[in-house]
Amino acid sequence: MAIIRRRKQPEDETQQHLDSKPDEDDDKEAKALTKSGKKNKIKNYSCVDNCCWFIGCVCSVWWLLLFLYNAMPASFPQFVTEAISGLFPDPPGVKCLKEGLKVKHPVMFVPGIVTGGLELWEGHECMDGLFRKRLWGGTFGEVYKRPSCWVQHMSLDNKTGMDPPGIRVRPVNGLVAADYFAPGYFVWAVLIANLARVGYEEKNMYMAAYDWRLSFQNTEVRDQTLSRIKSNIELMVATNGGKKAVIIPHSMGVIYFLHFMKWVEAPAPMGGGGGPDWCAKHIKAVMNIGGPFLGVPKAVAGLFSAEAKDVASVRALAPGVLDSDLFQIQTLQHVMRMSRTWDSTMSMIPKGGNTIWGDLGWSPEEGYSPIKKRNGKNDTENESASKECEASYANYGRIISFGRDVAEAPSSEIERIEFRGAVKGNNVANNTCRAVWTEYHDMGFGGIKAVAEYKVYTADDIVEMLEFVAPKMMERGSAHFTYGIADNLDDPKYAHYKYWSNPLETKLPNAPDMEIYSMYGVGIPTERAYVYKLTPAAECYIPFQIDTSAKDKNEYGCLKDGVYTVDGDETVPALSAGFMCAKGWRGKTRFNPSGIKTYVREYEHNPPSNILEGRGTQSGAHVDIMGNFQLIEDVIRVAAGATGEELGGDQVYTDIFEWSEKINLRL
Amino acid sequence: MASVLRYRKLCITEPMLRSYESSETPKDEKQAIETLKVDKKQEKSQTIEKLKNKKKTWGCVNSCCWFIGCMCTTWWLLLFLYHCCPVSLVGFKGPEPPGVRLKNEGLSALHPVVLVPGMVTVGLELWEGRPCSRGLFRKRLWGGSFTGILNRPLCWLEHLSLDNETGLDPPGIRVRPVPGLVAADYFAPGYFVWAVLIENLATIGYEGKNMYMATYDWRLSFQNTEIRDQSLSRLKANIELMYVTNGNKKVVVVPHSMGVTYFLHFLKWVEAPPPMGGGGGPGWCAKHIKSIMNIGPAFLGIPKAVSAMFSAEAREVAFIRAMDPGFLDSEILGLKTMEHMMRVTRTWDSLISLLPKGGDPIWGDLDSAPEDGHECHFETKSYFQSNSRENNNSRNKDSTGPRIQLKHRTKYGRIISFGKTASEQHSSKLHKVAPMELMQVISNATCGEIWTEYGKINRKNIQKLADNKAYTAETFIHLLRYVAPKTMQRAEAHFSHGIATDLDDPKYAHYKYWSNPLETKLPDAPEMEIYTLYGVGIPTERSYVYKLSPSDKCNSIPFRIDSSAEGGCLRGGIYFVDGDESVPVISAGFMCAKGWRGKTRFNPSGSATYIREYRHKPPGFLEGRGLESGHHVDIMGNAALIEDVLRVAAGASGEDIGGDRIYSDILKMSDRVNIEL
Repeated sequence: MAIIRRRKQPEDETQQHLDSKPDEDDDKEAKALTKSGKKNKIKNYSCVDNCCWFIGCVCSVWWLLLFLYNAMPASFPQFVTEAISGLFPDPPGVKCLKEGLKVKHPVMFVPGIVTGGLELWEGHECMDGLFRKRLWGGTFGEVYKRPSCWVQHMSLDNKTGMDPPGIRVRPVNGLVAADYFAPGYFVWAVLIANLARVGYEEKNMYMAAYDWRLSFQNTEVRDQTLSRIKSNIELMVATNGGKKAVIIPHSMGVIYFLHFMKWVEAPAPMGGGGGPDWCAKHIKAVMNIGGPFLGVPKAVAGLFSAEAKDVASVRALAPGVLDSDLFQIQTLQHVMRMSRTWDSTMSMIPKGGNTIWGDLGWSPEEGYSPIKKRNGKNDTENESASKECEASYANYGRIISFGRDVAEAPSSEIERIEFRGAVKGNNVANNTCRAVWTEYHDMGFGGIKAVAEYKVYTADDIVEMLEFVAPKMMERGSAHFTYGIADNLDDPKYAHYKYWSNPLETKLPNAPDMEIYSMYGVGIPTERAYVYKLTPAAECYIPFQIDTSAKDKNEYGCLKDGVYTVDGDETVPALSAGFMCAKGWRGKTRFNPSGIKTYVREYEHNPPSNILEGRGTQSGAHVDIMGNFQLIEDVIRVAAGATGEELGGDQVYTDIFEWSEKINLRL
Repeated sequence: MASVLRYRKLCITEPMLRSYESSETPKDEKQAIETLKVDKKQEKSQTIEKLKNKKKTWGCVNSCCWFIGCMCTTWWLLLFLYHCCPVSLVGFKGPEPPGVRLKNEGLSALHPVVLVPGMVTVGLELWEGRPCSRGLFRKRLWGGSFTGILNRPLCWLEHLSLDNETGLDPPGIRVRPVPGLVAADYFAPGYFVWAVLIENLATIGYEGKNMYMATYDWRLSFQNTEIRDQSLSRLKANIELMYVTNGNKKVVVVPHSMGVTYFLHFLKWVEAPPPMGGGGGPGWCAKHIKSIMNIGPAFLGIPKAVSAMFSAEAREVAFIRAMDPGFLDSEILGLKTMEHMMRVTRTWDSLISLLPKGGDPIWGDLDSAPEDGHECHFETKSYFQSNSRENNNSRNKDSTGPRIQLKHRTKYGRIISFGKTASEQHSSKLHKVAPMELMQVISNATCGEIWTEYGKINRKNIQKLADNKAYTAETFIHLLRYVAPKTMQRAEAHFSHGIATDLDDPKYAHYKYWSNPLETKLPDAPEMEIYTLYGVGIPTERSYVYKLSPSDKCNSIPFRIDSSAEGGCLRGGIYFVDGDESVPVISAGFMCAKGWRGKTRFNPSGSATYIREYRHKPPGFLEGRGLESGHHVDIMGNAALIEDVLRVAAGASGEDIGGDRIYSDILKMSDRVNIEL
């Protein structure tokens, strides 16, 4: 009623006003006066009314657009895109279908870290109503609503690396687990859609979802994930007429699957009891996408200071936002506390030590010159994609150095003070920081100082340094992962599962017909080494952070915001992704006794040419490569029965073979 | 005053006017009006004319906008408040869910659980389709929000149909069941199927690794799910996997509705030798299965399937038709809903699996049926109860309440009768046409495009069919063979509806008998337990009174339920008995009450059977679908049933949970069924 009355009244007055207007001007003044008297009353309404009116307009327009959008024929967006950017090439699935390729081998996907969804099965009271809702992946709505509760549920137990009591967070099962990470951000969806075009469906596609926070063996202990994978491969092989499976792991899934291949053939209590020829019988090819076989330097920065390039540059842009104590945010500390309970992050610490990653004065990528490369390869690559280093001094072997001068100094000039025996000193923050406890608070100033005074850490040192700064975490992790190189692979100690995910400490299974592909993007600067500094305030903070002020003057220099970059796919350096297939496993080596064929397939990064292409069909970025048409085509061909030779063998853009030659590893 | 306001808006929106006043933004209205007054004097009349018109239209639009704005804001505000208020405030505090109570009792997950969903409740998603389905790749066509129907109904129907000849995918279309627990936890948003049970199981420690949803494409015949999707192999592999990974604990299988007969089929399949079966060997079931807890089982079929096959109707449809005759049949919009429905559903082989099995011995002949007698009174009473809520209270006190005496005993055996009189007459008075005579009638199609097989039968023959007056479960199969020869030919290669005389006959090794409990032996698994859990106390369709439909047009369905027929147990052309609204008690309970009880020829190893009935109690206002519902689907949220399932999953045996629990007359009814055991 009130609404109607309120609206009616003004309308009448409008009428009056209009009628009177043409007649006398003198009356106007009197009227205007009365009006201004009433004006105050209107003010009260008018503001609200105006707002309502405005919102109403916006809503109506929005609905109209929404309606038009829904009523629009489905082919319209594509029509527009084609009109603007020319004809799209056929998606690889359609192309292959036209060539007559059809579903043949069953396919299994192994997602990487972070991309798999996790859902809640049991939680504390603050998570009421979220049963079987996604905590990780999807919209991440809960992070905003109840951040500390969320962090609590995502963390694992600090001692055991398993569920904390009363909390069960489990991986989502099925293809939905990792097809889209967040709405609109595909991971496997494009590949799945293209495989479906040539006839794949649920029965011959399987997503081996696992809890990526756990160490690999623990996924079996807690969820029997490895058994599940074994059973599903066996089932798919049996129901598809004995055709062997094609495995497509991505990112950390690559080493997870390495672990699986050892596990499945190992005898029962520790392994799957599949017998020595299980892999030969069930696996046709392993097509590793962006595989961090030898670890990623990013993991070091992540564990050491919960930073990565992205975080560091945020910090450089707006110092203080992340560190501000004002709102009790302490984001990074929370992130560090949470991620340090995840054993899996330790699986990605660089493996192989100085032999692979270089020492103080040497590294396999040294002398790598993007300019030379560009000349050699003409100009297929885009400007923005080629900010690699010039052949200046980039001592990539020094994965962490304190201060830029140290990073560039010749190795003879560096004075290092041993940190290993250092006294850690008193706990500086015994009470104040309990909420965001990280192991740094057990260290005291002495320990922190000792770490900084060692100046330079190579891959070998890093493991020891992490053991120093985070003893508990590394103790947990060292029961599940190792980072060395085996001297004698026949040593019975290598039967333990902690060696299974390190390609330098295991033999490949005895399966001469199997093929191993290493497919990764190149042409994007990738983190390789860091320049660190001490944080000014050491109380409740993480005492180290990347020194973002360290950068090359040259815009194309390799040191940017305290990070040295090399060629890679933005996350995994080409060396880590390619070395095993380029050298370590090539031919019959001691790591590959049965001579499994290996192929290196690199994909040059080409950023999307316009916004309409989304994340691009020629991307080489670590995750976006899953939408790379060329890669998808390769996968479909292999799944439809092609061998590596038929694909064209190696496809190399970087100097991966040269770099591999430089690595002096007994084979 | 508001005119001022509107002036201002005009100034903003109307560029012509803005040019007049660009100098002063009308902060002070008075001043603005004066400027307006002064400036406009020359072209006063003209402008004012214009203003008048403008104002009229703008007034309306403005009010609309204002109104919508108000609504939106209020809505947002409420939404915001709703999200802000703590979880515990929303809704009332319900009773403690059974899972929590049992957890406090100390129960925890022991046996892995396999859930086998029934018909219709499993989601189906698109893997390959025609151009009209573009953009729906891996989106749900069935289940979820069903937006597909609204956006493109014909396209949707085309994709859900199967091939008429093979009963498999039509070329170029691949619609596949959704895998995993999400397939059937909620049928549509907010309409739970398995979700409540899953949540309660999770409370006592179940999770993905020891709970498996055996989804299958419910449109296909059971053996075809194996041929096309290898669903049975998948189920076998998963049971074996869970058995091994959970420390050699046998699984508890919880099938629902049609899943029950699907799992019966699986039991036979898994032990049969390879090309046709799963090759698990004769001890497989004994080794892997602890118990089968059939919820709302349709062991012997359901009469609802009869009307669905015959005229694509159910009680609901007949009711709508009675309320608003012509609505569903209207051809004005070219809707022909029922005909489309029939065309699609007849391609689904699985529907045939639900036709009543066992023929006259189980379902009754022209003059007698197991449910004869007092059944009707109870039935009538409860029918009134569930339909008029205000009578709820009478339920408890009037167990001896007013009884309606009928002149005639209801003849439930006549599953279809034409006309009310035909349904009540004594069999000797019925006009009969020999089945063979029916078969001889040769059809000649008169319609161009044939939608349903009815299009091939001309009117005279249809009249003849109706002259036969009454059909029993057995003769109805003959009738269907006549009116839908292709459908039945296709489906009868997969399903059989008889009773075996000699179970050792080698023909019973064929898979088409596997889903019929009256033509198979249970596996040799003496320790296995078979439960049948179903709701009672809801009137359930049992037999139908039909009439010929008046319209003689092409492609129309010539028969329809005579919704004007009333009286006694007869409501809207349908005779009701006790049951869970879909499955009559006799179908759900007979096998466990008699057919399999003790060592019989159907159960040679003597697996223990238990009957657990749950009396329906309609939910209160805020209870949603109720904690004590006995309804076919809502029973999945029944607290007592959930408790039973949880106890068995946690290791209890049938004796531990109290053996039989019976409210209906199932034992008496079973006694009346006279079959060799």
